[in-house]
Amino acid sequence: MRATAHWTTMYRRTWRGSVFSSFLRPLLFLAAIGIGLGSLVDKNAAIGNRLGGVDYVTFLAPGLLAMTTLMVASQEAMWPVNGAVRWDRSYVAMINSPLTPHDAMIGHLVYMTFRAVTVGAMFVVVMLLFGAVKSPLVVLAIPAATLCGMAVAAPMAAYSVTLTSDGGFAAVNRFVITPMSLFAGAFFPVSQLPAAIRPLAYITPMWHGVELCRDLAIGVVPLWASIGHVAVLVAFVMAGVSAASRLYRKVLTP
Amino acid sequence: MGALIEAHGLTKKFGDFVAVAGIDVAVTSGEAFGFLGPNGAGKSSTMRMIGCTSPRTSGELRILGMDPSTHGAQIRARLGVVPQDDTLDTELTVLDNLLIYGRYFDLSRKVTRKRAAELLEFAQLADRAKAMVQTLSGGMKRRLTIARALINEPDILLLDEPTTGLDPQARHVLWDRLYRLKLQGVTLVLTTHYMDEAEQLCDRLVVMDKGRIAAEGSPLELIADHSSREVVELRFAPDENEAMADKVADLAERVEVLPDRVLLYTADGDEAAEAVSRRGLQPETVLVRRSTLEDVFLRLTGRTLVD
Repeated sequence: MRATAHWTTMYRRTWRGSVFSSFLRPLLFLAAIGIGLGSLVDKNAAIGNRLGGVDYVTFLAPGLLAMTTLMVASQEAMWPVNGAVRWDRSYVAMINSPLTPHDAMIGHLVYMTFRAVTVGAMFVVVMLLFGAVKSPLVVLAIPAATLCGMAVAAPMAAYSVTLTSDGGFAAVNRFVITPMSLFAGAFFPVSQLPAAIRPLAYITPMWHGVELCRDLAIGVVPLWASIGHVAVLVAFVMAGVSAASRLYRKVLTP
Repeated sequence: MGALIEAHGLTKKFGDFVAVAGIDVAVTSGEAFGFLGPNGAGKSSTMRMIGCTSPRTSGELRILGMDPSTHGAQIRARLGVVPQDDTLDTELTVLDNLLIYGRYFDLSRKVTRKRAAELLEFAQLADRAKAMVQTLSGGMKRRLTIARALINEPDILLLDEPTTGLDPQARHVLWDRLYRLKLQGVTLVLTTHYMDEAEQLCDRLVVMDKGRIAAEGSPLELIADHSSREVVELRFAPDENEAMADKVADLAERVEVLPDRVLLYTADGDEAAEAVSRRGLQPETVLVRRSTLEDVFLRLTGRTLVD
């Protein structure tokens, strides 16, 4: 994609820092929560059953994989998207070439996908270092986590392109991203939530991503449930792309 | 093929607001064509329609013989666009900005590199190729934006307010570069609210006001048609301009009162200035000058260009 050139060239300048952080972040998270907190959790056999019979770090790691990928992809779909309209206006530069607003959108989403894949792959490497992996199927958790990230990033890009002030990002982080990352099954099973709240977790893309990644990392992959998760995530991506295509055109070519 | 750009009844509305109210324009190959008018006159909206990044509401528009609503990408491939605000990648180098832009036009790396080197030379930025854009001055950034817009060797270069916000020195450097492009046969279409810029660069221009074309012609024609040869500017004490204007009204073909000055439009400025002093009036300053496009605009719209 020609429209990706802008983002990859930018990334070439900053990739060292991003590789370092995408390695260090899982390392710290898994050490602190997985091992630190996990050593307490694993003392209680009853809890072990609720985690699907694995130790806490093995339960947590695929959840964090989905969460981290989602965070990286969705953050990339916030300020950089909005800035490309309002600040450095790189989308405006693009649409003055033969590229269309749709091309600019796809180009940026391709770059976000690339970021999600690299962050996901780094995370899996760290999971292996911690021995928090039970199956070679974990390799498929990388595309699963990427899909989960894009299921949030694509609708987010559609939202970000329309914003005319920064306030909207604070709201979406406060009321969507943060609660989702805490309650959608990464840190504890959704079954622990009060029954009334559980459906809220089930409709998030993150829960479907977490479930997929966890099944793949542990190596127990229920076929129909997995197909269902993938279908939901693909639907989020497609809805996001379709909304983004329309809104990019509306905003960039008034 | 006649005109490169041809518009009939071109109209742009945003909801109830009419930004461009049915204008007719024709730009031929090799000419430098200007849209002169104050902010909000509809110049930028017109430019975006010509640049195929804003669909027209109604009317006809053909660029390079094609319809923007069906052949936008093909037309844009042959345009160079210098937007009003720089859209450079400030965190990248000068050279990278050109190379990335070449990618957008699907040019091969080899061709892009070759053209980039030539364009850096042209934009007098060859020694800054490796510099970050954010370290450049305003004039350099604008020259880089122009260089970038030339990466596809466009048939038409569209410039929206090319020198707004630049200091006088940088404006003259830029005008010189644009004049060279014109000599090379590049068709220039620009908007400006500076009458000196329009006079310097444009073979032909339209004066726009409130979405309409108020007049059209070469700078000299417009001045000849809509203003006198000379102008006497009289500056009286504050609040006296209005009263003094009545006392000198018969000395000129036409009198305009601005907040800070009285303008006498006349064929012979020195003669009129003397007549003022014979009447015993003592303005704080008296200036005799030639008519400019500013006077044309004032005559046509009753307002000054830069408020």
